[in-house]
Amino acid sequence: MSKSPILFTGGRLLNPASGQDKVSDLLVVDGKIAEIGSAAADAAPAGCLVYDLTGKWLVPGLIDMHVHLREPGQEYKETVVSGTRAAAAGGFTGVACMPNTVPVNDCRAVTALILEQAAKASARVYPLGAISKGSKGTELAEFGEMKDAGVVALSDDGLPVINSQLMRRALEYSANYDFLIISHSEEMGLSGSGSMNEGGLSTRLGLRGIPRVAEEIMIYRDISLAGYTERPIHIAHISTRESVDLIRRAKKQGIRVTCETAPHYFSLTEDAVSEYDTRAKMNPPLRTADDVDAIIEGLADGVIDAIATDHAPHSVIEKDLEFDQAANGIIGLETAVPLSLNLVRSGVLDPLAMVRLLSTNPARILGVAGGTIAPGAEADLAVINPDLEFVYSEDEIISKSSNSPFLDQTLQGKAVLTVLAGEITHNELA
Amino acid sequence: MEGSYSFIHKHVLGLEDLSPDDIAFILRTAESFKEISDRPIKKVPILRGKTVINLFFEPSTRTRLSFEIAAKRMSADTFNISASTSSARKGETLTDTARNLEAMNPDAIIIRHSSSGAPRLLTRHIGASVLNAGDGFHEHPSQALLDMMTVQEKKGELAGLKVAILGDIAHSRVAHSNIIGFSKMGATVAVSGPATMIPRGVSEMGAQVCLNPAEAVADADVVMVLRIQKERQLDPVIPSLREYATYFGVDQNLLALAREDAIIMHPGPMNRGVELDPGLADGSRSVIMDQVTNGVAIRMALLYLIMGGDDE
Repeated sequence: MSKSPILFTGGRLLNPASGQDKVSDLLVVDGKIAEIGSAAADAAPAGCLVYDLTGKWLVPGLIDMHVHLREPGQEYKETVVSGTRAAAAGGFTGVACMPNTVPVNDCRAVTALILEQAAKASARVYPLGAISKGSKGTELAEFGEMKDAGVVALSDDGLPVINSQLMRRALEYSANYDFLIISHSEEMGLSGSGSMNEGGLSTRLGLRGIPRVAEEIMIYRDISLAGYTERPIHIAHISTRESVDLIRRAKKQGIRVTCETAPHYFSLTEDAVSEYDTRAKMNPPLRTADDVDAIIEGLADGVIDAIATDHAPHSVIEKDLEFDQAANGIIGLETAVPLSLNLVRSGVLDPLAMVRLLSTNPARILGVAGGTIAPGAEADLAVINPDLEFVYSEDEIISKSSNSPFLDQTLQGKAVLTVLAGEITHNELA
Repeated sequence: MEGSYSFIHKHVLGLEDLSPDDIAFILRTAESFKEISDRPIKKVPILRGKTVINLFFEPSTRTRLSFEIAAKRMSADTFNISASTSSARKGETLTDTARNLEAMNPDAIIIRHSSSGAPRLLTRHIGASVLNAGDGFHEHPSQALLDMMTVQEKKGELAGLKVAILGDIAHSRVAHSNIIGFSKMGATVAVSGPATMIPRGVSEMGAQVCLNPAEAVADADVVMVLRIQKERQLDPVIPSLREYATYFGVDQNLLALAREDAIIMHPGPMNRGVELDPGLADGSRSVIMDQVTNGVAIRMALLYLIMGGDDE
């Protein structure tokens, strides 16, 4: 890893924060952005690295606000180091890691362990803390201690906060520490032991279904509580048409709600599980074509603020099982760029909008640095070749796990260079 | 009609994968095997030297015995593995079990499992033929085939008949396979039961949904009654067996709405007095014991066909 100066020439610089979308040179010195534009080349010191980015995009480093790094406790699936290497390979310079580790990240000790590993990581690691102790949904976790330890936001992700009074108290108490609450919205009485979207296909496959209303009812509750407590809330991984509509309406009412979806919810329908393929099993489950259309509309009109991968590594131990026994979740860090680029190619998003969803907005929602390209700022950058085709094969995967429904597919568009504070963390330009 | 037809399936996982020609051929093959069970020496050498494993992860008396008798009457060597004696309780995965069985080179595996799709998982790891003896709420193909065989024997042909299926459609692999199978053969299938027991999208499988059992049974040629279980405490689908018996149980009054020559079927085991009036179960219109008899013939036919028995 070198920290020598780097000059990027001829790339299409996309900076949603300023609205800039034009070919521009950029100079990185001492890990910071030194010059942008025509002055960059002249200011470049002798012997600096030079990359010709003609035909490629230069964007602020991507930020994934929803990943599972599995450390501590499930290091055979992923670690902070392996997960952030996968992140760098996907163009990410920052990841927020969910607290459903073993033990749950609900205290200083676990946060400190994660941050200790983060010192060796290939991306900035933003620990998320639990809302309730042990994510058990009964008592509030110690928000103050977690804030001091370096937690950036709170979630019981993987599990919903079932008790509405506890969720209300969490929203209220979060005000003292300026914490954002991120909700995994699921009414578990309805979702029960379901393992795919409920409907004709689940009936045909003989699998217990997870009805869409299990998600929508809880989103409605969470929005109501956010409005009532006048606190911000972020809804994780939305997957249905009504979820998009509920959030669209709440935003119009002035409720401080933001939300994310994951690439699989705009790329796949429930048909992906029709052969009992556990690689496409996740929660919330893949829905119908109509839901996919609605998610895409929500991305286009800005109701959906962020694309987050919900990167959820699992080994064959959890996945090579009977469908109803298999774990939920897929890895996503290395496929987010090509899948999001599909929306650019189909005309749904312009390139700036895509970068806003994958970088600028996640940074703003989490309240962390990055998401922009500005002189003097840390040089967290990604270079995307929007045309490069590649086969997403097992050999290609950097993550420790390979549970992806996109495995062995030909994808188009890829992060080819990633820079974290001036250091190259991923390089396919050579 | 025989002409160019040949049975090409290596596995039988569900009626969904079978064409009407396949179903008709299986039924014909089963009819031709039926008389073997009436001989004084009930054994033919057709599957001599073949190894058949019964891999049962759920308790079963009737189906397992039926498969075992079918295999033995064709001279196959059969072995039974049930969940209580298998490695399943030691935490071995189905995939590992499959690989271990594969290493012993069996010719066919008959699997029953509580997880829908488990037989398909088995096919990914094993070279032997796989026969689904019931998976979760998905399919139970040999049961539906023996039901169709029984109806065909009694009614001559399946096309044009009306079949009423009453009970817990949502949690019944028997219902699913029968809906698919009878529909494929040109029969009309009407289902009825408490609305909590009717799964979403069942009409996409070809069933006509009736809230009132009387509507389903009206002018039916076949009344198929499913076993009711009230063990789902986390998913309360009915208030009591008593209420079910009163409003959805099949009795003389309900049956009077069916065609005069309608037959009554039940896949067993039966809750007498809950889903079916005891008198009807034992009465002249009940074909329940014919179903059991035909089960052996159907399973002989399936084993014969999937192990390449139609080369001759």
